Amino acid sequence: MAEPMKIRATLQGDVADVRILMLHPMETGQRKDAKGEIVPVHFIQSVVVTHNGKTVLDAQWSQAISRNPFLGLRVKGAKAGDKMSVTWTDNKGDKRTDEVAVAAAS
Amino acid sequence: MLKLRGGIAAIAFICLSGSGHAADPLAVGRQMLAEDNPGDLWVLRGEKLFYEKRGPKQASLEKCDLGLGPGKVEGAFAQLPRYFADTDKVQDLESRLLTCMIGLQGFKREDVIKTRFSDLDRDSDMEALVSFIGSRSNGLKMNVPLSHQKEKEMFKAGEYLFHRRNGPLDFSCATCHSEDGKRIRLQDLPNMSDPRQMQAVVATAWPAYRGTQSTVRTMQHRLYDCNWQMRLPDLGYVSDMSIALTSYLNYSGNGGVIQLPGVRR
Repeated sequence: MAEPMKIRATLQGDVADVRILMLHPMETGQRKDAKGEIVPVHFIQSVVVTHNGKTVLDAQWSQAISRNPFLGLRVKGAKAGDKMSVTWTDNKGDKRTDEVAVAAAS
Repeated sequence: MLKLRGGIAAIAFICLSGSGHAADPLAVGRQMLAEDNPGDLWVLRGEKLFYEKRGPKQASLEKCDLGLGPGKVEGAFAQLPRYFADTDKVQDLESRLLTCMIGLQGFKREDVIKTRFSDLDRDSDMEALVSFIGSRSNGLKMNVPLSHQKEKEMFKAGEYLFHRRNGPLDFSCATCHSEDGKRIRLQDLPNMSDPRQMQAVVATAWPAYRGTQSTVRTMQHRLYDCNWQMRLPDLGYVSDMSIALTSYLNYSGNGGVIQLPGVRR
């Protein structure tokens, strides 16, 4: 089920501007489907971003985050070619990890 | 109901850093959406679907002729709708894909049409395929032909329909789309009597990721929704009326530089 993320990491000085698009239904558990039955909660619970293996962001999310979430962060001390890796885990145990290299400033 | 009004938040912007302020706050949001367009994820999915063996006949769409030869997707969007000899019809991208999905892959027409627009409970393959094929014309100019008699007829019919007032509100497409500065609530409406705005609509708007609906919508959906907003009977999917309007719009937008998928509210 877990679809790939789209990650962009570009250098601005010594700060990497990281932007992540995730594809996820993020069901709140409040919505009813066409048959009138409640759609069970299904949301990303944790997002971990690592920079060359070192955790730079460890977030706990709730149902309040929208469908297909977008996350942006800036990481200090990054260099071109550094590895940015993003992992999300949802409440059903589904997981997805994607990695990009930081691109030099254009 | 296929409409997904309300209830769904747009994309959550979680900015861990401050960003500069500009004069037009809406422009900032549009810029952000354009830089990180979720529609790109539909392009990826569409690419996978295009080359995947699917359907009762276990075939990919690589033999699907979108007007430039079997399987050729580069530039296909730029020259549609056009006349196809094998179906003896003018077809837009979606009706052509439908033909291929039925003929090559063996899908049932009703089944494809049932999932033509996605909703919160299921995805639409059509929306993904259209995103993928649209994106493969990026950088090219719209160049819709008008040489075959049927293409001319469709264009004429579309031009007529665009300007024909009808329905309980006595609206035509032109009622909203032929003056500058018109809007529905906060949504600016393109003035399609202005060739530049027409080019922009045709070449950069649909398919587009819609933030309020959390999915990509196609031109067929846009026309369907416009019809609904004018309180006309539901526009049939890939109906002659929808093809005629698309023919008129796309031909009139010739010369526009394609950049798809777009991003819309």
